[in-house]
Amino acid sequence: MRPLTEEETKTMFEKLSKYIGENIKLLVDRPDGTYCFRLHKDRVYYMSEKILKLATNISRDKLVSVGTCFGKFTKTSKFRLHITALDFLAPYAKFKVWVKPGTEQSFLYGNHVLKSGLGRITENTEQYQGVVVYSMADVPLGFGVAAKSTQECRRVDPMSIVVFHQADVGEFIRNEDTLT
Amino acid sequence: MAECNVDELLAKAQQDEAEKLRSITVHKELDLEFDVGNLLAIDNNRIETRDFKGQNKEEFLRSLARDNTQLLINEIWKLPTERVEEVIVAKLPEPTTLLPREKRPPKAKPATKWEQFAKLKGIQKKKKTNLVWDENAKEWRRRWGYKRVKDDTKEWLIEVPENADPNEDQFAKRVTAKKERVAKNELNRLRNIARSQKGKVPGVGLTPTAQQSKDDLGRAVTVAKTSTASMGRFQDRLPKEKPAKNMGKKRKFEPLIGDFSNERQKQLELLKVLGNKTPKLDITKAVNKQMREEDREEAAAKYRKGAGKKGRKGNNMSGKGKGKGGKGKGVKGKGGKPGGGGGGGGGGKKRSKAGKH
Repeated sequence: MRPLTEEETKTMFEKLSKYIGENIKLLVDRPDGTYCFRLHKDRVYYMSEKILKLATNISRDKLVSVGTCFGKFTKTSKFRLHITALDFLAPYAKFKVWVKPGTEQSFLYGNHVLKSGLGRITENTEQYQGVVVYSMADVPLGFGVAAKSTQECRRVDPMSIVVFHQADVGEFIRNEDTLT
Repeated sequence: MAECNVDELLAKAQQDEAEKLRSITVHKELDLEFDVGNLLAIDNNRIETRDFKGQNKEEFLRSLARDNTQLLINEIWKLPTERVEEVIVAKLPEPTTLLPREKRPPKAKPATKWEQFAKLKGIQKKKKTNLVWDENAKEWRRRWGYKRVKDDTKEWLIEVPENADPNEDQFAKRVTAKKERVAKNELNRLRNIARSQKGKVPGVGLTPTAQQSKDDLGRAVTVAKTSTASMGRFQDRLPKEKPAKNMGKKRKFEPLIGDFSNERQKQLELLKVLGNKTPKLDITKAVNKQMREEDREEAAAKYRKGAGKKGRKGNNMSGKGKGKGGKGKGVKGKGGKPGGGGGGGGGGKKRSKAGKH
């Protein structure tokens, strides 16, 4: 385990800011405790300092996971956000997409969201903006990337993709063994 | 008298024969073990201690040795013999006793780079013939070596490729390329040897190759700089030269439980910098604005169409045409097809959706 270097922090923050914008500082600077990011085996974990101090007692090869895993750095140093970060993305999300009840299941199976399944979308969503996907009951289902801006969404045909799927809550079952 | 002599002679002859035979045959209680290949005979018979005592020690030992040697030679005579240059020679079989090694068995050599790779990929060595038929020379030539089949340095005619400099000497180019390949091979061979003997190998970029790339040269410079007594700390730098990055194998990280507030500060600063980088003007925003205006125009045009009838048609057509053309322009940046295709329908749809968001 080690803290992130400058470059790694920068890459990670850029990725996070796509989804939560400038609310990252609420993650960095919290009123209820000191939380930090640490890197372990190419995965980024977000944990409180108490947990961190406890985790130092476990050897590297035996340590599986600490706190919440936000994502991992790939071999080419790109940062990939995992579904386990949803708990921290959902409350701070800037652009949201609500999905109709019928399309929920499709999204949870890993498919993209079509225009026909789109319930609501926040105004002024740009194209390729990171969005958090909710069900109509305001339950966060996952996150993705807007394939079309809100304006375009209005005028496009019902079978075109409006949100590219990136991660959904169903991955907890599908990719059980690769999530930490 | 003669008869007595004859009898005596016969008896004597018989005695002589018996003696001869006796000298050849040896009676032993236990048979000897023979390893004729090593000319070895092992006698496991008991030796009486009383033979050792007294004056007969030497005699006893001599007779023992004579008997055993006789038996060994009898064994040798049993082997197939051949006559080599008027000498009878017996062919010895393979030795059966294992002799211990004089030196230690050799250690397994570490595999060379190629051998490691081949093992990893599962590449087998293919047996190749030494001689290859050369069509041009109409004879068998070597596959490699002196007067080999494909020696490109020995071509008498080389076509100059289109993108090459016309004044370049192609023949010399080939010769230098060959020399470089030979040097590289030699370097790799020495590296393999050094690796197997755990010797120090100079890193890449330090041994001269023909074309050294920018980072090869950079690496050579940093190595040269740090090979001083104080590890390059007091070496002068060129005016615009940046201090060297840590090129060694050890990366330095912040301590795991460092100063938390310090860490937080740095991250917040980083966020501020990132925040300032985002551009103020959004292309999408401009496009969206344009699209909204056009939608509004279209909606207005349709409303007018609904109010009037045939008289207004001309106007509407022009309005619609203008709207479509405009939309085409506006959506061009985004991919005109969906916008243009769904233009009319989209306009209609927009009205129904206006209430939602």
